[in-house]
Amino acid sequence: MLSTLTSRFSQIFTRAGRRGRLKPDDIDEVLAEIREALIDADVNVDVVEKFCGAVRGECLTAELHQALNPTEQVIQIVRDQLIAILGGESFSVTYASKPPTVVLLAGLQGSGKTTNAVKLARWFVQQGRQPLLVGADLQRPAAVEQLRVLAGEISIPVYSEGRDPVRAASGGLKEAKRLGRDVLICDTAGRLSIDKEMMREVGRISKAISPQYTFFVLDAMGGQAAASVAESFHETLELDGIILTKLDSDARGGAVLSARETVGRPVAFASTGERLDDFELFHPDRMAGRILGKGDVLTLIEKTEEAFEKAEAEAAAERLIAGTYTLDDFLDQMRQIRKLGPLSGLLGRMPGMSGMEIDDNSSEQRLAHMEAIICSMTPMERFKPEIINNSRRQRIAQGSGTTTADVSKLIREFSNARKLMSSLGKAPRKAKPAKKGKKGGSRVTPKGTVSPKVANLPDVANLDFLWQTETT
Amino acid sequence: MPLFRRRKQEAAFSARTPDSALASDHELASDSTQAHLAAALVAIKDAKLGEDVWLEIERHLLSADLGVPTTHRLLESVKAEATSSAHALELLRQVLVNNLAASTSLSTEGSPAIWLVVGVNGVGKTTTIAKLAKRETDLGRRVVLAAADTFRAAATEQLQMWAERVGVSVVHGSEGSDPASVVFDAVEHAAANSADIVIADTAGRIHTKSNLMDEICKVRRVADKASGRVAEVLLVLDATNGQNGIAQASVFTEAVDVTGIVLTKLDGAGKGGIVLSVQHELGLPVKLIGVGEQITDIETFRPEQFVDALLSDAVLSDAVLSDAVLSEVSPMR
Ligand SMILES: Nc1nc2c(ncn2[C@@H]2O[C@H](COP(=O)(O)OP(=O)(O)OP(=O)(O)O)[C@@H](O)[C@H]2O)c(=O)[nH]1
Ligand SMILES: Nc1nc2c(ncn2[C@@H]2O[C@H](COP(=O)(O)OP(=O)(O)OP(=O)(O)O)[C@@H](O)[C@H]2O)c(=O)[nH]1
Ligand SMILES: [Mg+2]
Ligand SMILES: [Mg+2]
Repeated sequence: MLSTLTSRFSQIFTRAGRRGRLKPDDIDEVLAEIREALIDADVNVDVVEKFCGAVRGECLTAELHQALNPTEQVIQIVRDQLIAILGGESFSVTYASKPPTVVLLAGLQGSGKTTNAVKLARWFVQQGRQPLLVGADLQRPAAVEQLRVLAGEISIPVYSEGRDPVRAASGGLKEAKRLGRDVLICDTAGRLSIDKEMMREVGRISKAISPQYTFFVLDAMGGQAAASVAESFHETLELDGIILTKLDSDARGGAVLSARETVGRPVAFASTGERLDDFELFHPDRMAGRILGKGDVLTLIEKTEEAFEKAEAEAAAERLIAGTYTLDDFLDQMRQIRKLGPLSGLLGRMPGMSGMEIDDNSSEQRLAHMEAIICSMTPMERFKPEIINNSRRQRIAQGSGTTTADVSKLIREFSNARKLMSSLGKAPRKAKPAKKGKKGGSRVTPKGTVSPKVANLPDVANLDFLWQTETT
Repeated sequence: MPLFRRRKQEAAFSARTPDSALASDHELASDSTQAHLAAALVAIKDAKLGEDVWLEIERHLLSADLGVPTTHRLLESVKAEATSSAHALELLRQVLVNNLAASTSLSTEGSPAIWLVVGVNGVGKTTTIAKLAKRETDLGRRVVLAAADTFRAAATEQLQMWAERVGVSVVHGSEGSDPASVVFDAVEHAAANSADIVIADTAGRIHTKSNLMDEICKVRRVADKASGRVAEVLLVLDATNGQNGIAQASVFTEAVDVTGIVLTKLDGAGKGGIVLSVQHELGLPVKLIGVGEQITDIETFRPEQFVDALLSDAVLSDAVLSDAVLSEVSPMR
């Protein structure tokens, strides 16, 4: 989508000329295209109108940057605006002064409430808390059983009772106090936003347990109705945040923009698969790119410039050649790669590499694991991984919530990477990198010729081990 | 009481409960389409046909999840012919109906006939299977269910609880066992007991996961080799979902040769407009719709009824009712 957009924009703006302010007619022509791209991504039509209005205002006042062409500038404004809406305030937990901290999940049928109740419980355990799960879906066949099986996998207790969800919820609250559990997570039955009786019921559940946090569980594949659905849930429950699920699909996920804009509360978590560890804090910048679509070299370069600070990369390369490349450098580079967004998206934008198949889910997860492992190491261990013996390995595994096998594997991969990198380091450089901080020095020309910096990128993308699927 | 029934009385069509419908008999008879139209569309009905009217119609179609290309394609033919706003709306309704295949019944060929039910996570596969089992049992057919979702927590228990309510038997494996062999066993069991239909529940899978798509291909291959015949492969789409439905339909069709769509959750706020693209691009008809969580909340797909709900502010179950009411009070319909 964006690649066709980009060429359309180039046409419009070549005609419009490159100097001064963006002209209203040109902006409108571009916005018409943006509007369709967003609707195709499932953003609600009314939200799209509002969004485009805001972008239009920004564009009209933006002074054209000499070094940027107008196309790039509009896209930049669109992306910044998207990130502003999706991001805004970020989510953080304040625990109740008198435990338990109560969390309520609600949403449409099949959106992922039960699965994510357990994922959330797991997340709280990682924060050092002791959650109790409450099954207040007494309607769907085997809903409580599903909760118990999933919670059993990570040994978290589940409470449920009888046939009345309100009583089950308040019973759960008493039980949490009795057991001294400091977090209570309540799963509820799926319900339609237009089902008044069921909406009243979840309102009663909420009253009975006074949650600190009420999350709306939203399917990333959701369509136009996401806006009105989110609004109804917000009216009934005063939502505190959104959990966005099924992000492992290839849906563009515009529903989250509709919900975020309508509800005005942050997206707290992202669910990226069926397994309990497919769960992470939400990244607005990645989501913005996803909603706008892939296949765009320009976006890649912009992101690359932001994320891949040239100086750091070069310093690392020098240390590498000098043989002092450490796990700290490794971690830095990994973080920079993660900032670029999903790996498949990254490769999709590389000329000629869009055919490659990458399972984002597992690679993302691997990156997250690797990061956790390195963070659990002492500075000395990061500098000299050779000293990591059995007991150190055990401590690191425990600290990072992984296994000792994972730790060993990472160290193995690190040494492979070091080898690989040093061989790359010895290879003749293809082009001189542009100076840091100078925008416009490495843009794509209208014909889509690739700049030197892009040609350098496969060096990073070549690190196969980052997306090898593992079954651990 | 089932949601379906209750909402009929509550929502937008509450004025059309039998008593008041009789009172406004002439109004309905004079213009039956208007009874379905969304407020925004009613508002433009008498306006001068122009850009504003087209924009409003476009907005309505887009917000029903028809997507940009399909909306433009359908509006093109309407624009070419319409002489007034009211005419445009009439034509639109007709174009929409014409772009949806009228449903054929499900094939029961084979002994047993095997129906595979597939789709992404949480769309309503298991519930649909329970509803189908009930429907076919009521028609006097003998149904066996295959619990081939061996992955999701308590998926088998969920199906078993439904089966118990309906009174049909379930063949299942142990957790994590091979779904293809569960289907095979169920088919052989059904054949040995001369059951008519085996309906196989499969795990939800996102169509982009190649290992899971391989798995479902294998289920189909094995089912093809078992006694009987794979008579239907039903893809369940959630009416609440948006444009991703096209990708789902095309990948699942390529993998397991889908024969028809079941569009669920039409009792909710989603209009399911994506099926127009699915029909156009893949030639896949909608066969059934899901209109609630109860065992009887399943219906044969009827294009007119679906389109009327799509052009209205009401949910489909209300349109169903209003249809019934209209045919009661107005023999002209
Ligand atoms: N691929 C994928 N599947 C998910 C994700 N989250 C949940 N699921 C699956 O989606 C389906 C529905 O999830 P549930 O947790 O049962 O959803 P729910 O909202 O509790 O459903 P109801 O209680 O019936 O309303 C299950 O098959 C889950 O395994 C996700 O992030 N990715
Ligand atoms: N309102 C409404 N809810 C439905 C309909 N069909 C299914 N549901 C609900 O949607 C949720 C998911 O249904 P399931 O049948 O478990 O979906 P599934 O596709 O088997 O899910 P997985 O096996 O986890 O992938 C349940 O809460 C159902 O009650 C429908 O037509 N209308
Ligand atoms: Mg649930
Ligand atoms: Mg199921």
